[in-house]
Amino acid sequence: MFEFIERNSLLLGLCIFITITIGGIVEIVPSFTQNSRPIEGLKPYSALEMAGRQIYIRESCNACHSQLIRPFKSETDRYGAYSLSGEYAYDRPFLWGSRRTGPDLHRIGNYRTTDWHEAHFINARNVSPGSVMPNFPWFFEDNVDFGTVHAEIITVKTIFGVPYDQGDNPKSGSLKEIKAMGLVEAAEIVKDMKTQAIKDALAKGEVKDIVAMIAYLNRMK
Amino acid sequence: MSQTASIPDYDYSVAKAFTISTLVWGAIGMSVGLTIALELVFPQLNADLPWLSFNRLRPLHTNAVIFGFTLAGVFATWYYVSQRVLKVRMVLPAVGKFHVILFNLIIILAAYTLLAGHTSSKEYHELPWWLDILVVIMWLTWGVHIFAMLGARKEKTLYVSIWYYVACFIAVSMLYLINGLAIPTWFVTQTGNWWHSVSMFAGTNDAQVQWWFGHNAVAFVLTVPIIAISYYFIPKQANQPVYSYRLSLWSFWGLMFVYLWAGPHHMMYSTIPSWVQTLGMVFSLVLIIPSWGSMVNLLLTMSGKWEQLKTDPIAKFLIIGSTFYGFATLEGPIQAIKSVNAIAHFTDWIIGHVHNGTLGWVSFTIIGAIYHMVPRMWKTKLYSERLAENQFWIQTLGIVFYFSSMWIAGITQGAMWRTTDQFGSLAYSFLDTVNVMVPYWALRAVGGSLFLIGFFMFFYNIHRTIRGAAAFQAQAEAKSALDSGSAT
Repeated sequence: MFEFIERNSLLLGLCIFITITIGGIVEIVPSFTQNSRPIEGLKPYSALEMAGRQIYIRESCNACHSQLIRPFKSETDRYGAYSLSGEYAYDRPFLWGSRRTGPDLHRIGNYRTTDWHEAHFINARNVSPGSVMPNFPWFFEDNVDFGTVHAEIITVKTIFGVPYDQGDNPKSGSLKEIKAMGLVEAAEIVKDMKTQAIKDALAKGEVKDIVAMIAYLNRMK
Repeated sequence: MSQTASIPDYDYSVAKAFTISTLVWGAIGMSVGLTIALELVFPQLNADLPWLSFNRLRPLHTNAVIFGFTLAGVFATWYYVSQRVLKVRMVLPAVGKFHVILFNLIIILAAYTLLAGHTSSKEYHELPWWLDILVVIMWLTWGVHIFAMLGARKEKTLYVSIWYYVACFIAVSMLYLINGLAIPTWFVTQTGNWWHSVSMFAGTNDAQVQWWFGHNAVAFVLTVPIIAISYYFIPKQANQPVYSYRLSLWSFWGLMFVYLWAGPHHMMYSTIPSWVQTLGMVFSLVLIIPSWGSMVNLLLTMSGKWEQLKTDPIAKFLIIGSTFYGFATLEGPIQAIKSVNAIAHFTDWIIGHVHNGTLGWVSFTIIGAIYHMVPRMWKTKLYSERLAENQFWIQTLGIVFYFSSMWIAGITQGAMWRTTDQFGSLAYSFLDTVNVMVPYWALRAVGGSLFLIGFFMFFYNIHRTIRGAAAFQAQAEAKSALDSGSAT
């Protein structure tokens, strides 16, 4: 009964296209504005936190860790308050993950400390016996790339209107200013760290990846 | 009618190149898969090296098997099947050659960028923006070839397989383009990495767009073109027509409509609106109907020919492939039920489900199709049916190890996460639940090893078949010369 479609390839293509677009339009479009509204008090990522987030993405941490606490007692007991849409308003991309080979990290800043992360990234088995997480020795060697941090902060501020420079939100600025802000933040983290090489690097004006990573994880509350 | 009188002179050059790409990317992608499976059992295998660590290899594994292996298999069958069902020799051979070269170049560049940590972090869409552009060019190249073939066709009515190939092309174009929308940051400030970009969508919206893509990438890369393959090769191998035209028709349009609604089952109990979750669950359940329509139609195509399964390893691969399609499309909707999903989500049960589909359905169907095509394209006969038969059983055993270990692992961990003691406190630390996983991960690695061993047997069998082609043809010519000599 649909033979006419099977004889006309362009019509077939058009019918397929119309059929497959409906679901997405109905499910995604209606709540689009509502979903992008930030929760009250949500601050954009600071320079060092943004650097840590970029490292988190580079290393595909989301392959094993979620950032989504579901509204179950078993989850709120383990990880803290369940996640709200408005908390993700500045997350480009979102990092919910799909498999918890390791635990959820959405509120890890509430219950892990800088020195715990430091020991854990050197070797997760130092503090978590039986953990299967890889070691990340290169976090202690590579320097943070503030150029990309600067590029992302300016991009989200100018194109997506993320409210940098408003009230007591983090500041944007030139590459030089971003790096200076990053160094100030890094000093706060490094004073709680034990690795001497990280402290020495900071004294020379270098920020290692591990510092940014910890700054990002400490922010997640 | 004139099939035997004049065998049409098909051009298999591009189909052959894609067949070899399928074998190579399959071997690499599955080897990486086994590596990361072993890394969970022996974390020291990460070796403190960034490009050997689980976190960077995992996206490489998924990209290499989904886009390297599967898509190469899809393209190989397109360049073979399209000529035969449209009754026309391959048009635009230069476009086809450009397609195969660009495709392989993209997969090589993808492997490099993923190992280097250049990723968007979106599952199955990790490639950086500049590679996305190459992917779009590669995809449109295929589209040009599809519609050029359709325009040049001699057979007016389009066979079922063609509907599915066209749907694959159109849907993936739409999904990939929208989910890939991003702003490359270098163009804004001229600082930092030139490949870095920021997603066009934020937070919950980003998640919704991503899983609309992610779920339907499974639909239109790992399902729709594989159905296209089955609809051609099962009837060919059984040497009888598809069971029901009407069932093909309703299953096709049903699948097209329903699949796109089911994406929210990846975000149950998340921050997306509740009504979207419910709608996603309902449509996931409805999805059983068109999926099983295709499965039943494909399986019943063997009616009256079931004894062929005893002796023909190619029919075994194709029919067990479609059977796994039935398994996976029942298991998926069950996992999409909200109360089941509460336990299944974030666990290995999901990993097990995916591999039921990819190992059982996708790989077996592509392997069956390649076994069918290679002797015809190289004009020879299969090197060893016995080897194919052994491969079939080893790989089937591998899949059984894989899904049974992942079922137990997933449900165990999901249940342990929510177990409380008599005071209502959580009974297990997260580490407790990881330590319990290790034996199941070891069993999964055994299953993966068996599957990979089988894949290398396949590789070897095809390699020997192709290498023996010249000798086989020389022998056949000598024989026919002798026959015609004796006849006169």
